[in-house]
Amino acid sequence: MRFSGLRVLKEGLTGNKGWRPHWRDPEPKPEYDIVIIGGGGHGLSTAYYLARDHGLKNIAVLERGYIGGGNIGRNTTIVRANYFLQGNSEFYSHSLKLWEGLEEDLNYNVMHSQRGIINLFHSDGQRDAAARRGNMMISQGDDAILLGREDLRKMVPYLNFDDLRFPLYGGLYHPRGGTARHDAVAWGYARGADQRGVDLIQNCEVTGIDIENGQVKGVQTVRGPIRAKKVAMVAAGRSSQVAAMAGMRLPIESHILQAFVTEGLKPVIDNVITFGMGHFYISQSDKGGLVFGGDLDFYASYAARGNLPTVEHVMEAGMALMPMIGKAKVLRSWGGIMDMSPDGSPIIDKTHIDGLYVNCGWNYGGFKAVPGSGSVFAHLIATGNYHPASTRHRLDRFRTGRSIIDEEGKGSQHNLH
Amino acid sequence: MRITCPHCGERDHREFYYKGHALALDRPAADAGEAAWDDYVHLRENPAGVTRDLWYHEGGCGAWVVVTRSTLTHKVLGTEPASEARA
Repeated sequence: MRFSGLRVLKEGLTGNKGWRPHWRDPEPKPEYDIVIIGGGGHGLSTAYYLARDHGLKNIAVLERGYIGGGNIGRNTTIVRANYFLQGNSEFYSHSLKLWEGLEEDLNYNVMHSQRGIINLFHSDGQRDAAARRGNMMISQGDDAILLGREDLRKMVPYLNFDDLRFPLYGGLYHPRGGTARHDAVAWGYARGADQRGVDLIQNCEVTGIDIENGQVKGVQTVRGPIRAKKVAMVAAGRSSQVAAMAGMRLPIESHILQAFVTEGLKPVIDNVITFGMGHFYISQSDKGGLVFGGDLDFYASYAARGNLPTVEHVMEAGMALMPMIGKAKVLRSWGGIMDMSPDGSPIIDKTHIDGLYVNCGWNYGGFKAVPGSGSVFAHLIATGNYHPASTRHRLDRFRTGRSIIDEEGKGSQHNLH
Repeated sequence: MRITCPHCGERDHREFYYKGHALALDRPAADAGEAAWDDYVHLRENPAGVTRDLWYHEGGCGAWVVVTRSTLTHKVLGTEPASEARA
């Protein structure tokens, strides 16, 4: 079933009776070439690119709950490629390029909106850092524009230009950044993978990983054992529990990151705006809700909800930056479970067990990486080689100290990112 | 979340700085080797359930406290001074 304007028109005129489920609901087969543990954004995109780029068909994605029920449905939908360091820079650039062709590729409206992102700065030193970051983005082939205070006043006049604590000196503008509809990304990849022959198996929790003589043989699930030549762990949010089934301890701590959405309002915030010094960022969804968030609660948690001090902090920061949002009513808040790695960057690698692969450690940034992560992980699983855009996301980098990707320059240990 | 400091009593968790898992108390010997140090600095069990964490009572008495709590519910199950937990 292909989507098109004509199809929407026809269905609209005939009572919308012709729509069919977007993917099958198959029973698990006893054996697959590749089993992917985790039917989130990254697992689905991995399956999709394994099928699309490498012609592999005999693949199952095992999802404990339902498609779209994990962090892919619990984020703030920002898409960007404004990273500074080698390792991140080429990877997110690769991912953004995939985003830009995604809707045509998937024949699915993921509502990708390149409305631009503005990272605010508040001092001469921060302006220098922003200029340097912008130059790195440009040298990577992406886009960046340094805005001064008056440019900012023209673009976003509603900010508080009288703030004395964090005076607005300007912002780094990344026009190709923006947002996308998170659920649709999951659904689009699920549908695309399904159409290419991948079995998406929901309500299928993995309870064990079978390993013999250092070689992966398959998985145990609540729906019976499944043999597999290769197994990929893509369970950010539960990475440590999945890896423990293979006897592994990962360099991951799970933390809570809260987000909020208000009632629907008329269009008022055109871009994505980040106020790093206040730990606050905001955009407006196409439905009209203001979607915003802050920093971690800063304690290990799987509760998928946070505590009030962080709520208060985020609201205060929002009010300090844009007092006009004060009368908007917050409808919902939620928490995502973040795989925090020691250097704040992800892990996409083989493991010491033959045929077992790991993709985890997405910190705060998993959503924008969904296409890129699937693409490079599929490349690694299919060919055994690292994709050129992902040569540094190594599992052993903390032990060896080589190819640490510490974007914030804070150091490579837990609780710093 | 409220944490009972062994010295100061029940307090808002904002008074505390979070360090991470209490394995920080089990520092390997300087010559323990790369694997032991990698384990100590980077690798984590990261339990979904009961965990033991180190919190520093920064806004209070300045003691390091080992907090036993659930990462699934945020319920605090017990606290003790780090000095006693290590002994």
